[in-house]
This record gives sequence, structure tokens and C-alpha cells, in this order.
Amino acid sequence: MTAGDMTKVATTNGTTPSAPAKGANKAGAIANWADERLGLGTTMKKNLRKVFPDHWSFMLGEIALWSFVVVLLTGVFLTLWFDPSMTEVHYDGSYDPLRGVEMSSAMASTLDISFDVRGGLLMRQMHHWAAHIFIASMMIHMLRVYLTGAFRKPRELNWVIGCLLLLLGTIEGFTGYSLPDDLLSGTGVRAADGFMKASPVVGTYMSFFLFGGEFPGDAIIPRFYVMHILLIPGILLALIVAHMLLLVYHKHTQWAGPGRTEQNVVGYPMLPVYAAKAGGFFFIVFGTIALLGGLFSLNPVWKYGPYDPSKVTAGSQPDWYMGWPDGLLRIIPAWETHIFGINFSWNVMLPILVAPPLLLMVLIALPFLEAWITGDKREHHLLQRPRDVPTRTAIMVALMTFYGLSWAAGGNDIIAIKMHLSINQITYFLRGAVFIGPVIAFMITRRWCISLQRHDEGKLLHGYESGVLVRSPDGGYAEKHLPLAEGTAYTLTARDRDLTPETVEEIEASGLAGRQVRLRKLRAKLQEKFYSDNVQKPTAEELHDAQHHAEHELHELESQIENGPNRHGPTPGH
Amino acid sequence: MSDAHNNDDHGGELEPVEPIADPGLPEHTWRPTDVDPAKEKRAERQVAGFFGLSAICTFLFLVAYFTLDIGDNWHVIAGFGASTMALGASLGFALLFIGVGIIHWARKLMADHEMVEMRHSARSADEDRETTLQALNDGLEESGIGRRPLIRNSLLGATGLLGLPAIVLLRDLGPLPGDKLEHTIWGQGTKDKPMRIVRDGIWTPILASDLEIGDLVNAQPDALKNPERYGIDPIEVEGIPLQVHKSKASLVLLRMNPDDITPGKDAKGNSRENWDVEGIVAYSKICTHVGCPISLNERTTHHLLCPCHQSTFDLADSGKVVFGPAGRPLPQLPISVDAEGYLVAQSDFDEPVGPTYWERDYYDRW
Repeated sequence: MTAGDMTKVATTNGTTPSAPAKGANKAGAIANWADERLGLGTTMKKNLRKVFPDHWSFMLGEIALWSFVVVLLTGVFLTLWFDPSMTEVHYDGSYDPLRGVEMSSAMASTLDISFDVRGGLLMRQMHHWAAHIFIASMMIHMLRVYLTGAFRKPRELNWVIGCLLLLLGTIEGFTGYSLPDDLLSGTGVRAADGFMKASPVVGTYMSFFLFGGEFPGDAIIPRFYVMHILLIPGILLALIVAHMLLLVYHKHTQWAGPGRTEQNVVGYPMLPVYAAKAGGFFFIVFGTIALLGGLFSLNPVWKYGPYDPSKVTAGSQPDWYMGWPDGLLRIIPAWETHIFGINFSWNVMLPILVAPPLLLMVLIALPFLEAWITGDKREHHLLQRPRDVPTRTAIMVALMTFYGLSWAAGGNDIIAIKMHLSINQITYFLRGAVFIGPVIAFMITRRWCISLQRHDEGKLLHGYESGVLVRSPDGGYAEKHLPLAEGTAYTLTARDRDLTPETVEEIEASGLAGRQVRLRKLRAKLQEKFYSDNVQKPTAEELHDAQHHAEHELHELESQIENGPNRHGPTPGH
Repeated sequence: MSDAHNNDDHGGELEPVEPIADPGLPEHTWRPTDVDPAKEKRAERQVAGFFGLSAICTFLFLVAYFTLDIGDNWHVIAGFGASTMALGASLGFALLFIGVGIIHWARKLMADHEMVEMRHSARSADEDRETTLQALNDGLEESGIGRRPLIRNSLLGATGLLGLPAIVLLRDLGPLPGDKLEHTIWGQGTKDKPMRIVRDGIWTPILASDLEIGDLVNAQPDALKNPERYGIDPIEVEGIPLQVHKSKASLVLLRMNPDDITPGKDAKGNSRENWDVEGIVAYSKICTHVGCPISLNERTTHHLLCPCHQSTFDLADSGKVVFGPAGRPLPQLPISVDAEGYLVAQSDFDEPVGPTYWERDYYDRW
């Protein structure tokens, strides 16, 4: 560990050195007291100055972490007043449009929090905003980790934990927004009842057990409440701790660059810079959520009114993160099979009971699938640019396209109204688009990445475009290319060459037989496809030759400028 | 796989030399605050200034909390409540200024020299692995678990059985479904007192002449308001039981030209030609897809659209699905009029209402 040159750094935050304060001895005494009981000296020895690399994209996970903390804090506040009971009461609080209306205690206490507890509505809205931000930042963080290859060995398990966090966050969100027992959320719970009933064999039993009888019963809100404030947050918290411990153990990944290698990590120490930046960022996230909660209303349950199974509002939609399965539920054709007096409700099972778990399993499998295809068993700590692994990038963009189109389908009624389109046509279009769209996106992304790789190679070999056009004596135009700075050029070359797939002869010569050989052949074929058309970084020789050539061209252009009509400034002789 | 070698699984061929040698970390450059005491002092004042602003905002928060009323002032400022806005803004800025101050402090005044830390491989050292493996083997050996399959297997079996109480204990979460999903309160009408159809919300009975062609009325069974009339204990239609009844019995009435109606068949295969009253048909309001109340009426086509997932049903044709994901037609309630001319149900639905479930039977009505 090098401490670096600190001679000029402000050590005191003041102009004159401060004398050791009286408190120093006291602090020492406390530290000693603690160490003699907890052995902090040893555990903190390395961690206090642990190095964290800096990049804006490393902040996305931090947003998720801090918004979770805000969710916990505001959630505890809400529990002090919220009454998770479905007992019917007559509302008599301050919100006069609903006064005297019969509703559940859950809804009435939600209204009380909103209109009779000072700061209650603020906390409710902060809680909901923070939940949105928690899930959104987890998703974007996941994209960052995937697209930069940060999930590779040794971090695969942390990727799996991340996927589970996303799943739990989503369930937590659903149970949370169902608690107020308002008309919108009640409609969502009713749909969830339909999902359960569609489950094969045990569907009705699941529904009757969860609801404590026939829908809506009086059990669902208290049961969701326990899941929402105890069960799921407990698991979330445990997984977040595991996620962070693994992060500390593996040390953070970093971008390649001068001095930044697979063997080291370059950045700022935890104490003081990183602690200050991360700690300060907590206040930024917290403050932003407070502003959102105070200034931007969301989920105005007082406008929806209490739940009534005979009522619904047009444009009923779940919160956005539940939108994509809801979209699939909207566009799936009316497939049901009736046979021997029983039903297979494909129209509910496929979009709700099959698609989301399937997508989750695909996400969890991605690191293992890629490692199997590439055969890469090395540890990786340097991040990759998305363009440098076109197939991987294209896979994620295809998944994102599927997600995005399904999500859009979840708003097909809103799209139809706002854009004056036929809802039938939108639905028919999306039925095809959710399958074709990802394929097109995959192909475009892959070629786009490869073209960006070629651009990088061009810059490396021939220099960057300077924007200076030169006209030659015979009238042709050429652009002056200048060599890249050493650091930039190094960064472009600081990546691995693709591994070479096994050849069929190699596999056959290995002495294996049957299924194993077929598997290895399949793997070799997939690996070939995975890497095909990738641009490898040049060898030292190629680079040298190309640079030599570029230098030569540059000289030629410069001598043309010297002699020809491109001369700048006043013509000699005037 | 044997991980003895980490980085050369695919060795063999020699990697070509790196095209450009690592130039090493760039030279550190000093910030203005490192070299200019005046700028350093200024940054210090700025940081303290941010903290000061935060304190002011916190003070404003307290002022807002104690001065701005909530209660029936909830609509002040764009229907939003002055209190919520003031509390949110002051709390938000109080937090943001602390964050901005700390980060400004870190960027301007704390050491900004990057440090280098060496990584370690995630795997443990060979020596540690051997020691751990040895300890594990010793432990297992001393327990004799490998040598005594009788103990091992009986333990596994007994512990596995303990899963059963865990499942059985959940049995009382709810009652068994029985045939509850197959009946609604519409079936509680009798020959003398057939169940009247009343308007949802105002609970008044409906004369056939009240509806014009194209009119849609949301309706409920009269028993929910007048249980005694049908010999039902009032407790059965209050609070939660009321919600349960509504979630199955809710109805839509639609009047159309009687000539538009194509009567389908009922469960016994008879025609439904007497199920309407002068073109007034009654259908379950609960969508057969996942159970949303259907409410959007296309007046000119006698189509009814569910706002949740857009399943569309044709009420002139036995509730046939004409669009969307629902797999079954809407259940129809056979209606007639009683002695006083009010609309009543002839009987219960002849099939379960609401979303499809596994053991739900089906009959073809065309």
C-alpha cells in the first residue's frame, strides 16, 4: 500500500497546525477500551484504509443501498400509525370527501396518516418514492454489472444474490402498495387471487388459504403486512449484508487504464475520502427522496377510495416494476384448455406463473452460461466495455427489448388513448413484437458493437481524426490523423484477447466419447459464434507498423501544407 | 475442476507481447485548494456554509411542523397540503445541504492522492485448504457418520419427517374451498320471493321500463340490503361477508334491441331465449380472466370491455369473448320480472363466476 505524497494536502482544514486536542486522549482511551473487548485493531487494520476505485457507474448500487435505508426509516414511521386490519369502520378523519364512508381500518389509518398526522403524507410518499428508486436503481445497477462483465469469476455468487434482491424487492413492493386496501391496490390483489386460482391442482386451495377463506376475506392485509414489514425485509437485509461482505472480500472491480491492472485496485481510501463521499451521497439520496415526497404526489389513495369488489377505475395498472408480466397478461391470446372437467389457464399461467420465474432463472444463469461457452475460468477484476463483448451486450439488449415491449403492453390502453390508436392493433402488434423485437435488437446491437470495435482499432492504428482537412496539389482531400495519447492508447489495448475455441480434431483426439464429445462440440460451436467477427487488439508489431505508416502519412501531409495552397497565415513575400 | 492453476487454463500458445506497455499511474496534479491557502480557506468556508444552510432548513422544518395546520387544510396549494410541501422541501434541502457539504469537503480538502492496493485471489491459500480439509475429515471421521449408515439414514429420515408438521401447521390458514365458488347469493331467492335486482349504490329495484336501449346499470342482489326479505341473517351481509358476496354477485344490466340477441344454450343444453326481459340481459360483472369488475360499455356494439386486461365480451351473444386474454364467456344470469314488475333473478348463475380455476367445469353454450 502506498500512501502517496501528502505533503501539500490540507491536514488541518485550517491555516495553522492545530495542537493535539484534549479529546485525543479520551478518544484513545475509548478505542483502547473497545479494542480490549472487541479486538477492533486487527479487524479494522486493513479495512479503514481499504481502497475503492472511482467511476460514476459504481454509484448506481449505492443509490439502491441508500434508498433501502430510507425505505426502512420511513417504513418504521408508518408502522406507528398504520392499522393492518380489514375490520370495516366508518371513516371520520379530516378528509371530507370520504367522511362517513365505510372502509377497512387499513384504508382509514392510511388516510389518517395522510391527513391527520403531521408529516405523515410526506413519509408515506417518501416511502413509496424510495421503493420506486430502490427497485429502479437495482435494475440499472444490474445492467451496469452485466454489461461491463463485473459478474465474472469470482463474483458470480454476488450476481445471484443481486438477482434474488431484485425479486424480493419486487414482492416487497407489491405487498407494500397492496396494504392501504384502496380501490386500485384491491384490484391488484383481486388479480393476484385470479393468478393463484389459475395454478394447477392446488390453485383454489392456495387462494382460500392465503385469503383465509373466500376472496377478499379478512386475512390478506394482515398477512401481507407481516410479509412486508418482517419476513421479506429480514431476508432482504440479510442478503444485502452478504452482498456487501462479498464486495469487500472481492474488492471492487475497476476500469482498465494506466497503472490499473488485474492485480491491483487503484482509488481512494475508505477513510476519509470514500466514507465522506458515500456518506455524503446517503444524504443526497435521502434529500432527493424527501423533495420528491414533498413535492410530487404519488399513489393518491384518497382519490381512488376504499376497495369495493364491484368497482374499478379505467387505466388500472400495477406499479411500474410489475408492469411487464401484466403486459404479457394483456397480450396473451385467450388460451384455456378444458379437459375432463379441469382447466389449464395458459392465459394466466404463461405470463404470470411461468414467464417471471423463467426470466429470473435466465438472469441467474447468465454468468454461468457465458463462462461455460467461453471456457473462461480465470478471475477478472478489470471491467470490459460493452462493445468489447458484442454477444454479451446483445443478449442483454435483447432481454431489455423483451422487457420493454412487455412493459409497453402493460400500458396498451393508455397508449391507445393518448396516441389515438386501436387497442386491438397495438395488442396484435405486440404479440409478434415481443418475440421478433429481441431478435432484431440482438443483431443490431452485435453489429453495432463490432463496428465500434473497428473504430477503436482505427484510432489505435491510424490515430484520431484531427478535423484538419488537407488538399493535395492534385486536388484530393485528406484528413490529418494524429496519434492517440499514450494513456488513451494503452487503455484501448488493455483487454484480453478472445480465447480460441477447440477444434473438432482436438475434441475427437481427447479420447472422450458419446454425450461428452457432443457437448464439447456444441460448446466449441457456441464459443465460435460468441466471438465471431470480434476485433482483437493488435500485436506489438502490427501497432508499430501501423504507427510508422501513419507517421509517414502525417509527414507527407505536413510537407504538403508547408508547400502547397494549404499554407496558413500570410503568403511569404507580402 | 482442479484449480491449481488459475491463469493458464488456456495456456499452451504463447500470448503475443502486449502492444503497449503499461505507462503506470499518471502524475498526480495538485488542486488549487492544495497549493493556494486563500482557496483552501474559501473551500472551508463553503463547506461550513452548506452545513449552515442545512441547519436553517432544519429550523424551517420545525417551524413548518408547528405552524402549518393539516386536518381539513389538506387541499391548500394545488390540492396538496401546504404542510407536506413545506416539510418535504425543508427536510429535503436540510439533507441535501449536508450531503453537498460533505462531498465538497471530500473533493476540495481531503487528500486526493489515489492509493494502490494489491488484490488477492478469492481462493484460499493451498496450505489453508489442506488444513481445513484435514480438519473436516478428522471431524467426520471421529463422528463416524460415514461408518454408521444406520445412524445417518435414520437421522435423515427423522429430520425429513419434521417437514410434515411445518406444512400441516399451515392447514388452518383458511377453510377448504368446497363448492363455495359455485354459488352466489342470487340462488337464495325463492319462488315466492325471487331475488330482486337493485341498483348498486342506491339499492332501488328496477323496472324494465327504467332502461332505454343501450343503457347499462351496475346492479346487486337486493338481499345485500334487505336480507330479512329472503330469510337471511343480516350478519351474513355485513362487513367482510358483504365484500365476499359483492365479489361474486356483482351484475351488469344492459338493454339492447331484443332482435340483436342470439340466445345460446344453458348448462342443460336448453335455449337461453327466456333469460332476458324485453332485451334487458344480466351478466356477471366479474371478468373470467383474473376477476376485475368489467365496466367499459361500448354502447353501439353491446360489447363490454375489462379495464384491467382489455378482454372484451359480446353481451348479445352469451357473453362470448371477442377480444383479449379471457378464456371463457361471461356467465349470464337468467332474469324475469316479479308480480310488481321489478326485475328479478330466475335462479343463480348456472356456472361459477370469476376467474377460471383448476377444477372448474365448463359447458359450451353455442
